[in-house]
Amino acid sequence: MDNIKADKDLDCLGLYCPVPIMKTAQVIKTMNSGEVLEVTADDIGILKDMPAWAKTTGNEFLGSKTEGDVHKVYVKKK
Amino acid sequence: MADKIDKMTLILFSGEMDKALACFTLATTAAAMGFEVTIFFTFWGLNVLKKGGISTVKKTFLQKMFWFLNKGTKNKLPLTKFNFAGAGPEMMKMLMKQKKMASLPEMMAAAREMKVKYIACTTSCSIMGADRTDLIDEVDEMAGAATYLAEAKGSNVNLFI
Repeated sequence: MDNIKADKDLDCLGLYCPVPIMKTAQVIKTMNSGEVLEVTADDIGILKDMPAWAKTTGNEFLGSKTEGDVHKVYVKKK
Repeated sequence: MADKIDKMTLILFSGEMDKALACFTLATTAAAMGFEVTIFFTFWGLNVLKKGGISTVKKTFLQKMFWFLNKGTKNKLPLTKFNFAGAGPEMMKMLMKQKKMASLPEMMAAAREMKVKYIACTTSCSIMGADRTDLIDEVDEMAGAATYLAEAKGSNVNLFI
């Protein structure tokens, strides 16, 4: 996951389901196809919810990185 | 995958804050996932849509009693458990605020931003002696079971809360 370069960051620290997913849906709308969004969150649900959201919306889930209680997930806009 | 539009229909029958939060958590998440979402508010669930304040609709004696006893708007609803005469919901709101969780009015605002559709049940309104003027502006349609079923028929997720 270390080689992923994000085009945009979204800070969702301290936010709970469903807010990170809602924010992701909003932000990805403003991005161009092929760009990568990095979402930082401390709600562990994000690790399951983000791949599920990406699969349903047709965007590509690239993976996640966890350091302590902080999770970074990466999504590539379709 | 994203070729055909997914659709979710929800019936909110309950008028408690916890159940309304469950309803709007699902509605906003589904909308964020690209679902077309419709919520049908009926019976106690109509309290979530009530404007509050004085109703100008003419009511019978029983309807007046009902209106008086059936208090509540999206800003003030009881809890299913641990209500403690209204102290429970206030404590819950405090906890949610501390944890920076979205409140019911905030979730509802987000739902509308994502074009979640609201249908209010006309039959329930009639029982209570309420009409469109008693409900918040966001209500898209005043309709009945057939409208709901027509929406639900084409939906892949359908829940009664």
